[in-house]
Amino acid sequence: MEHLQILIVLIPLLCAPICVLLPGGRLPWALATLAAWTTLVLALLLLGRIESEGVLSYALGNWAPPIGIEYRLDYANGLVQLLLATVASVVLPYSYRSARREIDNDRQPGFYAALMLLFAGLMGITATGDAFNVFVFLEISSLSTYALLALGRDRRALTSAFRYLIMGTVGATFFLIGVGLLYAMTGTLNMADLAERLPAVAGTRTMDTAVAFLVVGICLKLALFPLHLWLPNAYTYAPSAVTAMVAAISTKVMVYVLIRFLYTVLGADYSFGQLPLAQVLMVLAVIGMLTASAVALNQPNAKRLLAYSSIAQVGYMVLGLSLASTLGLTASLLHMFNHGLIKGALFLALGCVFFRVGSTDVERLRGLGRAMPWTMAAFVAGGLSLIGVPLTVGFVSKWYLVLAALDQGWWALVIAILISSLLSVAYIWRLVEIAYFQPSPSRDITREAPLALLIPTWILVLANFWFGIDTRLTVGVAEQAAAALLGVGP
Amino acid sequence: MPNHVILRVVAKVLIPVITLFALYVQFHGEYGPGGGFQAGTIMAAGLILHVLIFGQRVTRKMISLRVLRMLGACGVLIYASVGVTAMLNGGRFLDYNVLAATPTGGQHLGIIVIELGVGLTVATTLLALIYIFIERIRSSD
Amino acid sequence: MISLGLYNYWIVIGLMMVGLYVMISRGNLIKKIVGLNIFQSAVFIMYISMGVVEGGAVPILTDGVTRYSNPLPHVLILTAIVVGVATTALGLALVVRIKEAYGSVDEDDLHRMDNDF
Repeated sequence: MEHLQILIVLIPLLCAPICVLLPGGRLPWALATLAAWTTLVLALLLLGRIESEGVLSYALGNWAPPIGIEYRLDYANGLVQLLLATVASVVLPYSYRSARREIDNDRQPGFYAALMLLFAGLMGITATGDAFNVFVFLEISSLSTYALLALGRDRRALTSAFRYLIMGTVGATFFLIGVGLLYAMTGTLNMADLAERLPAVAGTRTMDTAVAFLVVGICLKLALFPLHLWLPNAYTYAPSAVTAMVAAISTKVMVYVLIRFLYTVLGADYSFGQLPLAQVLMVLAVIGMLTASAVALNQPNAKRLLAYSSIAQVGYMVLGLSLASTLGLTASLLHMFNHGLIKGALFLALGCVFFRVGSTDVERLRGLGRAMPWTMAAFVAGGLSLIGVPLTVGFVSKWYLVLAALDQGWWALVIAILISSLLSVAYIWRLVEIAYFQPSPSRDITREAPLALLIPTWILVLANFWFGIDTRLTVGVAEQAAAALLGVGP
Repeated sequence: MPNHVILRVVAKVLIPVITLFALYVQFHGEYGPGGGFQAGTIMAAGLILHVLIFGQRVTRKMISLRVLRMLGACGVLIYASVGVTAMLNGGRFLDYNVLAATPTGGQHLGIIVIELGVGLTVATTLLALIYIFIERIRSSD
Repeated sequence: MISLGLYNYWIVIGLMMVGLYVMISRGNLIKKIVGLNIFQSAVFIMYISMGVVEGGAVPILTDGVTRYSNPLPHVLILTAIVVGVATTALGLALVVRIKEAYGSVDEDDLHRMDNDF
């Protein structure tokens, strides 16, 4: 049982080379799917163990921390791991039909290997308690993301992958500089140990520089406005399954890293008390929420529209964590989990559209409400959740965010959240209107997407409602995680 | 460059020496400077020299791209198998102490096998990169 | 106040700026990758400089030596170098495919051909 923590990273990581060895077609896919399902079971078991035993620690190679690499698990990573495993175990079954249509046959084993590496890398970032290990896993996931993005059929997939490669590598290298400076000041890389030793050197110029590099590097990877320029094209031209996977979990994991460094490693007192990070992050988050939502209104491509909406949603998460209160942090963690489910469902639905129509241009959605009723119903349900209609997950996290803002008397923030939500009503409605109320160009009759795609999509849609009605698991875990991160909880 | 006699003769002398040096670095890495990364790059340097002098078609007859891919994946699996074996023997992941009868023996065995995996993957991946890039030059002409 | 005793760090800063500048100012994709490599090398040097201990010997156990340099930053940066190699290879592979798809590796040309971003 004690090995669960390492197995959740190791199983997808091991799957990648085996996928390369297997012959093309069904086998790599079956293996990858099996691995994703296993990690889902492991994530649930781990969450149960955190509940009964508190913080879990696993020393790699039995080298005791802080000398060796430690994997450290509390509620915050437990929640993120659950999200990762859930999304992966839904997207992988989906990817079989979708990838066969969008990716050449001889590239299939490599595709699944890269997908597993991406998954393992993100899992590793959440599992580890070692600052340098975060960088290594970050690069594992980023490199496989660049390769996956470039697999899109459109040639613009190549340029967008290249652009992301340059910006992502700069971001990761900034992160590396930050970690290096932290190491120079303290002589340790273990996060818990860093947290103990940092107060002694807090306030020195080296520390301020280190924090600046860390925050800018992480924000580049999580696409906080104005560092988001790589994101829209990258999401738009990637294969459907890749977009769903990357959009649902990649940026969320980076939000987690930001929370982990600001709260656990640097400590809320230092990062929000002594440094003006709260103000900087809050302003950028609000601008991002408003401008990205406004830009989304007028996009010619549905995937691109949702990509801009993702940038706005990252704004919500960063806003929550910049409030530096238990409620704000709870809202941030909740929205991380919930938005993963929302964007996963929406991009899977668009993947169904792409499967039949061959494009996600807004114009091509005409009449699809009648031609593909189940797909578009899933899209509408996901859209409602994105807007934040009651009984959906989107409502739960926005509710907590508003509560957190009111708690500190920030009325202006509440208004910004409302405006951004209204804008999301507008852009979702625009798609719905075109799909349901404009007649299709009746030449060709589009059929409903196959069940192999619809079932995974609907599982995520139903999860949106399930966790919107029964909030005990998510809110409970997020509240305890927030309390632990702020150091006020048990 | 198959027609340059001097290059061919010098390469034929150099490549075995480079390979031997790579093996020395590989197996010396256990308790001296060296190890899988370095040995892998040196080994790949020797093979890449072969590609440059004799043309990749000749090198590919020795080691094809398919074989390289497989060996690369095997290297990763060798690395991981050490960790998993340690777990099966009752230790933590990558705990070398439980691999052999004595902890010291386990440490020796563990690091040697790990470095073998690393060396294999590094050497094959670098060579595969060269193959793939050269292939593209051909096809774009 | 300029302390020349820490000249490695001045080299680091210089290289870092050169790398970033090349990445931003050059439209040629290959040159961007070259800039990226220079930028990363600066970070490698920073880490390696960090490990130096004054009067420390090479960190290989030898009889009669008690003071060693810190080997950990070197090991860390070995990992980062490997990552850098992988990034460069992937970036160059993308450039090759961009060249095949567009017939150019200049950013301005690519923008013009796609009419977006």
